[in-house]
Amino acid sequence: MSENEVVVSLRNVTKEFGKGDVVAVRSIDLEVRPGELVSLIGPSGCGKSTLLRIVGDLIEPSEGEVIVNGKPAHQARLDRDYGIVFQDAVLYDWRTVAKNIGLPLEMLGWDRRRRAERVREMIELVELGGFEDHHPWQLSGGMQQRVSIARALSFDPALLLMDEPFGALDEMTRERLNMELLRIWERSGGTIIFVTHSISEAVFLSTRVVVMSPRPGQITGIVDIDLPQPREAATREYPRFFELVTEVRELLRQGGPEPPEPATEEELIVAEEGL
Amino acid sequence: MLRRGLVFFGVLAGLWGLWEAYKNAAEAVGLTWPFPVNDRTLPHIHDIIGQLFEPSRRNGPLLIEVLGDAALFTAKEAFVGFLLGASVGFALGVVLVHSNLLQRGFMPYIVASQTVPILAVAPMVVVWLGGRGLPDWFSVSVIAAYLTFFPVTINTLRGLQSADPQALELMRSYAASSWRILWKLRVPAALPYLFAAFKVSATASIVGAIIGELPASIQGGLGGAILNFNQYYASSPPSLWATNLIAAMLGIAFFVAVVGAERLVVRRAPEHVA
Repeated sequence: MSENEVVVSLRNVTKEFGKGDVVAVRSIDLEVRPGELVSLIGPSGCGKSTLLRIVGDLIEPSEGEVIVNGKPAHQARLDRDYGIVFQDAVLYDWRTVAKNIGLPLEMLGWDRRRRAERVREMIELVELGGFEDHHPWQLSGGMQQRVSIARALSFDPALLLMDEPFGALDEMTRERLNMELLRIWERSGGTIIFVTHSISEAVFLSTRVVVMSPRPGQITGIVDIDLPQPREAATREYPRFFELVTEVRELLRQGGPEPPEPATEEELIVAEEGL
Repeated sequence: MLRRGLVFFGVLAGLWGLWEAYKNAAEAVGLTWPFPVNDRTLPHIHDIIGQLFEPSRRNGPLLIEVLGDAALFTAKEAFVGFLLGASVGFALGVVLVHSNLLQRGFMPYIVASQTVPILAVAPMVVVWLGGRGLPDWFSVSVIAAYLTFFPVTINTLRGLQSADPQALELMRSYAASSWRILWKLRVPAALPYLFAAFKVSATASIVGAIIGELPASIQGGLGGAILNFNQYYASSPPSLWATNLIAAMLGIAFFVAVVGAERLVVRRAPEHVA
């Protein structure tokens, strides 16, 4: 495969926190092709969020190489190649829905008219018409997360990084947003890396599922999800869906039980960056 | 709104009643602790208010006119001092939030600056700024600023650091400059903290201005009036009380102005408004 057919290429990526006391991820090799939706799944402490942040140049790897769109991750970040969605919507309370979505566009120096036009398109895409002038605290959790997704997609990033985006939502909202994400993904034709705790969510959404194990974070195996596209609600009832869920679960089991250490990945990141 | 008004006047009437009840009871039993109560030590409230509408001196203007002018004069000093102190305090907070080293190095001195009594600093400020073509009252503003900047610095620092770590990561992913991060994220996140500081500072600036007038020998403000009526306390206690009343009202006016500005500026979930 030639370099330009790969959106993300990780080579031998290792990240140690502290003075090498905690190895968050070790020797990760992974390639993500254009238009893929790749899920990272694993128990707490397996380094999946760390890996996502390394791809997004929010954390520097201790070793190894991260190439995004044929350039180092750092350059890709400066070129605004990343859209990011966290578990919390991370909206600005003091901005309306429309202004939250337009925030990255302000950073890119778009003029007011172009911004307004794009924000309108994004509002339509995530079906939040009528809520433009609401403030975040007036929205439900699911709506807030849709604003967050619209904001991440507003500037057409080459790569969408999602860190357990639906983890804080109830099951029904989560399934609805899964469908919406797939619809948006099909329409935009973008590439997504998706971190999740949920096996069924990973299998349902992804083209490939990367299973990780903890201490140190490593890739246990990669499962190709050969379910037909587009996915629909009934996909969850296919026998093949259950086979794949079982396969992923089996790989997770091989990775070993969750470690007893109390520190979560987020705590390690916070400790590292002194935030 | 009606309820609020009722509460306000209810509390006012209650305090008034307590004052007069204490005065009556203490005078009746001849209470001497903590101080003997009589018309000199604790005048009737209606006497204090009545004094406002007496001539300030024989054939002179009413006391309330004199104090009104003095209050405006002090308000000008305090307002300039507040702007000065808030600007310096904010700028200091912004610098310190970007450097742990500076923060550790300078914070002890910033704290120490507030342990030096304002009365010790004020004469020096007057000497430093005197005879430079600046208006006399400007040194009073600087003294007021000295009291004002501290809460603003502390709360600016705290407020700028209150930005959500994930929001900072988001800004980083947009390759935003520190300047952009400051104005688009950190400062808006800090606003509730800033306004909490402004509320403290607004009233502190009045105190600073009144105290600053004494060593600056400025007669036109409330500080001058307090000094003056203090000398005549024996003959007319209510005059000094009335002056204090006006000073308190000026402080409340400043506070209310800050609260009003906060309502206009801070858009936040109701439970997050400081």
